[in-house]
Amino acid sequence: MIEGVSIYEILTLSTLIFFIGVFGFFTRKNLIAMLMSIELILNSAAFNFVIVNKYLYPEQLDGGIFSLFIIAIAAAETALALAIIINLYRLVMSLNTDKLETLKN
Amino acid sequence: MEKIVFYILAMIMIVFAVMSVTSRNVMRAIVFLLFVMLGLAGIYFMIDFFFLAAVQMTVYAGGIIILYITSIMLVERIGEPLDKPKPIHQYIAGGIASLGAGMSLFAIYNYDFDQVTEETTTTIADVGRTLLNYGDGGYILPFEVISILLLAAMVGAIVIAKSYQKKESSN
Repeated sequence: MIEGVSIYEILTLSTLIFFIGVFGFFTRKNLIAMLMSIELILNSAAFNFVIVNKYLYPEQLDGGIFSLFIIAIAAAETALALAIIINLYRLVMSLNTDKLETLKN
Repeated sequence: MEKIVFYILAMIMIVFAVMSVTSRNVMRAIVFLLFVMLGLAGIYFMIDFFFLAAVQMTVYAGGIIILYITSIMLVERIGEPLDKPKPIHQYIAGGIASLGAGMSLFAIYNYDFDQVTEETTTTIADVGRTLLNYGDGGYILPFEVISILLLAAMVGAIVIAKSYQKKESSN
């Protein structure tokens, strides 16, 4: 834990980052920008795991291990999503979600 | 002292997170995201979890951000700003996000957490022993599964990024 900082303040920080990510996910129209908002959401989720572990159950390590797994999965997910996006860009020459309707035809 | 550092880090993270989701230049948005990641790594340092801070800095700030920058350079016209979202969409998204944040914060502040007061340091040796422990509470199976997942993701990314060209040449 951090000297003089309670769990409430840290959870407030992670909640705000999570919902800033949600806001970005709703407003963005560009695929890469939407993926960046997802990174914010994943980061705050991993942060929550570590904080709850450190503040409530400091003798255990499960939260920290889980956030390591979240980081590993996020890296894999980002690599795959960016590969799909680059491939899609070759097909339609745009990343705007309004123009990506090729599956409808 | 630590309280002041925490508040400065929190302020930096929130300001840069907001700038990252509202900036219309996608290259700037990714650099703002980098500062959020570094701020998180700083907080991991403050709670004495050095291994996670190092992983956050190498994997997120080092790896993922570079991956994003490379693909932005490949596909975006850097000088061109992103489309402006419609104001009505912005209001709806802002409403939903602030409603969710309000509900979460209400739940958090109404729950009585049973906090500990002593500071604990998580060493790399602890992390390694927990990850490679095959007894009760050990994580060796998820650890191995993650390694398979990373291999599958790597192969999958190569196959996906290649397949379009291949199909074109065979037709």
